[in-house]
Amino acid sequence: MNTYDIIIIGAGVIGSQIARALSKYQEKVLVIEKNSDVGDETSKANSAIIHSGYDPKPGTLKAKYNVLGNKMFPKLCEELDVDFDKIGSLTIALDDEEMLKLYKLQELGKKNGVETEILTQEELFKIEPFVTKKAVGALLAKSAGIVNPFELCVALMENAIDNGVKLNLNEEVVEISYDDKYIVKTTKDTYKANIVVNAAGLYSDKINNLIIEKKEMVLPRKGEYYVLDHFLEPYVTHTLFSLPSEKGKGILVSPTTHGNYLIGPSSEFSNNKEDVSTDKETLNNVLKEAYRLVDDVHKEYIIRQFSGVRCYHESNDFVINMPKKGFINLIGIQSPGLVSSPAIAIDCVEMIKEVLPLHLNTTYNPCRRKVIRMNNLTIDEKNEIIKKDNRFGTIICRCENISLGEIVDSIHRNCGATTVNGVKKRCRPGFGKCQGGFCESLIVNILSKELGKNPLDICYKNQGTNILLKETKEDK
Amino acid sequence: MKQYDLIIIGGGSAGIASAIGAYNEHIESILIIEKDKYLGGILNQCIHNGFGLHTFKEELTGPEYANRYIEKLNTCDKNVIECKMETFVVSITRDKLCTYTNALEGYVTVKAKAIIMATGCSEKTRGNIETQGYRPKGIYTAGLAQKYLNIDGFLVGKKVFILGSGDIGLIMARRMTLEGAKVLGVAEIMPYSNGLNRNIVQCLNDYNIPLYLHHTVREIIGKDSLKQIIISEVDDNFNFIEGTDKTFDVDTLLLSVGLIPSNPLLKQLQVKFNPKTKGPEVDANYQTSIEGIFACGNSLHVHDLVDYVSLEGETAGKKAALYIKNQIKNQNNKVQLVPLNGISYLLPQICYPLNGKLDIKFRVKEPYGQCKIIIKNNDNIIKTINKMYLLPAEMENIIIDSDILTEGKLSVEVETK
Repeated sequence: MNTYDIIIIGAGVIGSQIARALSKYQEKVLVIEKNSDVGDETSKANSAIIHSGYDPKPGTLKAKYNVLGNKMFPKLCEELDVDFDKIGSLTIALDDEEMLKLYKLQELGKKNGVETEILTQEELFKIEPFVTKKAVGALLAKSAGIVNPFELCVALMENAIDNGVKLNLNEEVVEISYDDKYIVKTTKDTYKANIVVNAAGLYSDKINNLIIEKKEMVLPRKGEYYVLDHFLEPYVTHTLFSLPSEKGKGILVSPTTHGNYLIGPSSEFSNNKEDVSTDKETLNNVLKEAYRLVDDVHKEYIIRQFSGVRCYHESNDFVINMPKKGFINLIGIQSPGLVSSPAIAIDCVEMIKEVLPLHLNTTYNPCRRKVIRMNNLTIDEKNEIIKKDNRFGTIICRCENISLGEIVDSIHRNCGATTVNGVKKRCRPGFGKCQGGFCESLIVNILSKELGKNPLDICYKNQGTNILLKETKEDK
Repeated sequence: MKQYDLIIIGGGSAGIASAIGAYNEHIESILIIEKDKYLGGILNQCIHNGFGLHTFKEELTGPEYANRYIEKLNTCDKNVIECKMETFVVSITRDKLCTYTNALEGYVTVKAKAIIMATGCSEKTRGNIETQGYRPKGIYTAGLAQKYLNIDGFLVGKKVFILGSGDIGLIMARRMTLEGAKVLGVAEIMPYSNGLNRNIVQCLNDYNIPLYLHHTVREIIGKDSLKQIIISEVDDNFNFIEGTDKTFDVDTLLLSVGLIPSNPLLKQLQVKFNPKTKGPEVDANYQTSIEGIFACGNSLHVHDLVDYVSLEGETAGKKAALYIKNQIKNQNNKVQLVPLNGISYLLPQICYPLNGKLDIKFRVKEPYGQCKIIIKNNDNIIKTINKMYLLPAEMENIIIDSDILTEGKLSVEVETK
């Protein structure tokens, strides 16, 4: 039987953060993820905002970790070479009544320890000319930012693996028992560990309920978005928020770290955790709400719609506890979970230390190998790289100008891409205007060559999503 | 910095023809830049026949048709025409500097006296048409599925539905049937097909594949892999009509919902674009709003037949060469072409009097039976043509003599009885 010191169930942003935080220590860590890639559920389909933390209710775990996490992000992203941009957020008021609410929000922020500024209409239009002309003022939170959420999860896990963590993908936990140690049975194998960390996101209730008497329930809450292509005309440069309501933070319009724009999310409870479908009525409402923030939503640049599912817990707060010695729950980590994740990981490690002494890993390196992003380089820098490896001179993705070299690197790193979607998440082919129409077949070929697999075995995402059904010519 | 008379971006049907057109005007140096391994562009994956009826009076396959032009190109002086394959242009400037990259040379900037854009078009995606439901594996643009099948040699699925009756979709309905897949139907949101009539007959009717007009996909079902689609009838405002749902068990949905001229390089330059064609605006010399930058083929406007792409390419090449030789006069007395009743767009958008034969290309907005096309120059009728029918799927053209034109407007309209 495979024995580990710590098993983390789930490789979303929470599991990945904890894996990296634990890789500072010598203890043997295994991460078990049922999907074919890290960060493939809630962690990939969200607004990608590093919230400042002015709006969670003071005293809640959300407030605590949001504020702590926000401060950790700049260094974290520098170490991991992840795109992060502190662009600031603006919460927009459309009338005097809403202005009053902004003052209340500002008070709330102060209680959480977050500094914000109230902007007059004139000040607002000066720093954000593309906000709706209906706006009368705004709350500016300078510490808010945007991150590349796909890259974040990948980089965290890559760094964790660099430092000795083991990751098993395509493996689902089906049974947990306790007999001196935790015995974790999966669809593939059985493992023993002193500590189990339940970071299973939408299914963290199910994992808890496998072994813990006090049952938990995660309610899926769906959010639907529009994605705009990047375009040349100037547009919003801050994250624009509507005023928060019962249902959450409301619709936002925000640039992404790659110059696209997100419009969304809706917020509806769903009875199905797997329901990542979109529907016209909800998206129409998203657009309608977006007009409260901008006068032009640039519908002509819409390239995609998507939907993500948040993990809501009835307490409307994060549930972080140890219901049984050595079993740690991270349940209900919905927004602001992304920003909170590095702070949650630190506390999780502290909780583990109460049960299991951890020994420093002296070879721990917090930085991952820098990613070559050709688009960010000068022509001379590009040519230096191409001289060493000419694959960086060949463009594969013509919408986003991504080279063969960048794609091959994304496959061969630790926690590398194994699927078409994995390549897309790591270096963007498929995120552009053609949505993969031109490059998908090239990506299949590259994956097949680099992984030494038959093209028939290359999947789009999870196992069973093989793109090609059969070869048409036997003699090829 | 290396200098060329002419740089042609794209080595598909438009690019090759424009090189030949320019070569015949005896300019000194031409560079064709092609991102793929081979010349011929999209023709290489169009292995069905039906190409070249107008030009060669015979039915060729796509690769055969491309080869006719590649052979012509090969007879040209190699010191004049240079081809760079597997080379991608990352930017061009108003001064006609062109930066490309490939594995051999890395990033290189070269200069030209004129540039022809022959970058083709791209397929509309699911995101563009906002088809709702899940986002599983199994949804492809028809051209991607065609590439997998005809270039790579793989079939993507065996139970197929096709959304959109564009020609590639119709061709793929037949092609996948021949490879053993079952094509369950084609849905078209319009009350008429957007494909050529001969393709409806030869690709759908001959294989008993139903065409659902005024229908579209309402919902896509299946989280990881495509399981089902639901199609519904739509009313004249394209709203779904309740009670008309039909569910199909499928593993593949092909999208053939339209093509858009692909011009990221011109967009960087802020060239004037036409909202209807989605391509750049050009004058009668195929010159864009930036002097010395020309456009032709599907990157200018989406064509129905490749023969017309080649003809247009040849003309654009010739005009670019004349420009390089300073034989194109800058004319101030412009004539603006204005599409009126029933006309979706006119091309070129600007022409000049006393500039030889003018080839006006256009498409109609909707199908017409017996009708007249009326061409007016500043409200004077200069030509009337009787038509038995007009279809949006078919590009029309009319040739007039620009010598009779006077400065101002040239309009085209459809008149029904």
